[in-house]
Amino acid sequence: MGVISTTILVIGGIGVLAAIVLYFVAKKFYVYENPKIAEIEELLPGANCGGCGMSGCHAFAKACAETDSLDGFNCTGAGKDIMEKISVIVGLEAKAGIRRVAVMKCNGGCSERQIVNNYDGVTSCAMEGALYQGETDCNYGCLGRGDCVASCIFDALHIDSESGIAVVDHEKCVGCGKCVKTCPRGLLELVPVIDDKPIVWVTCMNHDKGALAMKECTISCIGCGKCKRVCEHGAVDVEDFVAHINPELCVGCGECEAACPRGSITHIGDLIPTKKEAES
Amino acid sequence: MKLKTFRKGGIHPAPSKLTSGMPIVEIGVSSEIRLELAESIGVPARCIVKPGQSVSAGEMIAEAAAFVSAPVHSPVAGTVKRIEKLRDPQGFWREAVVIATEHIETAVDEAEEALSPRTQDEVDALTPKEIIDIVGNAGVVGLGGATFPTRVKLSIPEGKKAEVVILNGAECEPFLTCDEVLMCGYPDRIVAGCRLIMKAVGVDRAIIGIEANKPQAIAAFRRLLKGCDDISVQPLKMKYPQGGEKQLIYALTGKEVPEGGLPVDAGAVVDNVATAYAVYDAIYNRKPLTQRVVTVTGPHLKKPGNYLVKIGTTISSIIEAAGGLPEDTGKVIAGGPMMGKAMSRLDAPTTKAISGILVLPESMSKRRSEEPCIRCAKCVSVCPMGLEPYQMMNLSIAKRFEDITKLHVMSCLECGSCSYVCPSHRPLLDYIRYAKQEIRKMPKK
Repeated sequence: MGVISTTILVIGGIGVLAAIVLYFVAKKFYVYENPKIAEIEELLPGANCGGCGMSGCHAFAKACAETDSLDGFNCTGAGKDIMEKISVIVGLEAKAGIRRVAVMKCNGGCSERQIVNNYDGVTSCAMEGALYQGETDCNYGCLGRGDCVASCIFDALHIDSESGIAVVDHEKCVGCGKCVKTCPRGLLELVPVIDDKPIVWVTCMNHDKGALAMKECTISCIGCGKCKRVCEHGAVDVEDFVAHINPELCVGCGECEAACPRGSITHIGDLIPTKKEAES
Repeated sequence: MKLKTFRKGGIHPAPSKLTSGMPIVEIGVSSEIRLELAESIGVPARCIVKPGQSVSAGEMIAEAAAFVSAPVHSPVAGTVKRIEKLRDPQGFWREAVVIATEHIETAVDEAEEALSPRTQDEVDALTPKEIIDIVGNAGVVGLGGATFPTRVKLSIPEGKKAEVVILNGAECEPFLTCDEVLMCGYPDRIVAGCRLIMKAVGVDRAIIGIEANKPQAIAAFRRLLKGCDDISVQPLKMKYPQGGEKQLIYALTGKEVPEGGLPVDAGAVVDNVATAYAVYDAIYNRKPLTQRVVTVTGPHLKKPGNYLVKIGTTISSIIEAAGGLPEDTGKVIAGGPMMGKAMSRLDAPTTKAISGILVLPESMSKRRSEEPCIRCAKCVSVCPMGLEPYQMMNLSIAKRFEDITKLHVMSCLECGSCSYVCPSHRPLLDYIRYAKQEIRKMPKK
């Protein structure tokens, strides 16, 4: 009896004492937090991706609960429905944020870009790009070591086993922009997804002059400007030997893709027929 | 007698000096010379020639663009073909001038004839300022590998005073022998160059530090300097990196260069022996720096040797002259095996920085798989700067570059001792080099 009951009494006594102390301490140091914050946080994905521009989901929830207007608030990971639920909680009108996805501006896989040397150093694009210039002659293309894959918390990027370059899964991508910041060659770009409009973009960042770019990769942009000439909407710019399509101006007709002699323009979604095509 | 050396760390890689004692062989001039404009650290030189213009041997083709910058000269007579971007051995784009050589057979002789050497009297009449200017205009840079413009090194900042000139003949890198053959072949010229450097910086004492594995070089200088009390020869313990500037200063004077400081803060001016030779050539023979001795070596190379190479010659043609690439080549390294970087392309031209071309067979060049750090602290104990490489690598992986600066990463001399000893084959130096690059890119506070 002796030892066991003493133990139970002593430990139990300490427990009760601690509980009383803790109760008063909790009362004394109680911090009021808007209950809406917890409610909103519950709705958010909790990935802390930073796509909203804040440090994480809690910071976003707090900002939502304390703001006077939901203008500019957009959780890229959660999407429209969640933003509407949040607007109900805080009693403010939420403007539908634009969904963005990342597009990969290099399409030069092993068969298009010849491998001229072998790199056997650390598996990291940042390191390979900083200490050497990659295994191919192209100094601008995807290094394929997967820094972007490691940075993506939504599993929307992978290195294609055949081509050896990074590929974006546009279904999974929420447009948080982590990969954009990570890629040492700046090959990823966030473009808006507007309703059913297809996304058309240039899959090359090679700034070398045409003749050189041609040698370096079979599907490189040579800056010939054909895409710019065929575009009726002024959406294409050619600067420093590379074309770039402005997603705001692009209507998604795909004329540039058809005109490109190098096959360095691609799209996702269904192309919208031009007036001419519609008539015929 | 106990040999002098530096205090902290250091390793003992196998010397592998295959080309030791081999004579300097001149390589024929190639039909095309490609000169990079960034031949020194600092600002790349500004090109002063146009395509189609003919240049004579030794003519300046690019002038210094800033204080820390060195001009570039054409090693041959010829015509400027184009000014273009070309890839350096690591694949980065560099501005370069391409010169088509005329009269390949006689190019060298003509160049020699055109220059009338200065007489000893004329040399004696030169003031320190004139010496520095001639050396600067001749495009002389540190030939140990760092290519620091010699003019800058000789211009002692105001308020500081040099006490001693140190000639670096340690050549602690395995495989390399380019300095050794120069020391054995032309000790008189190196000493003459050394006296000019002493005059330029206004000191009357010089020490030539040579690792003890080069007894012939030590003997050659001792014979020459018998009875002279201004220049002394000091054999050094064989330990890598004995030829590191800060290590050499400590070994020879017992003084330490403060962090971020210059050697002159410890009262020393350090120049490579090859640089002293280039200074001699610039002053006595009026010859700008357009060629250098390059050790072309490798265990399976047919004709390894010490070759006198015109700056701007293609690396592949130098290897061709040394018997061509062996079939089992795994890597070709610019420089020595410790500090040198693997080349990703051999069609790049040589620069003033390349002191060796090391052709390694596949069996010797494979990287072993990286294992986790076991906290053995071997890297810490061998670091000659007393740094913590394992910690810097961890922070570099986490991209915490601000924290790495607190570990004094910028003091790292990239000797590679840490990667050499790591039992887990961790690529410590790669990560440190990457971190240093990122830190240099950060805005200065």
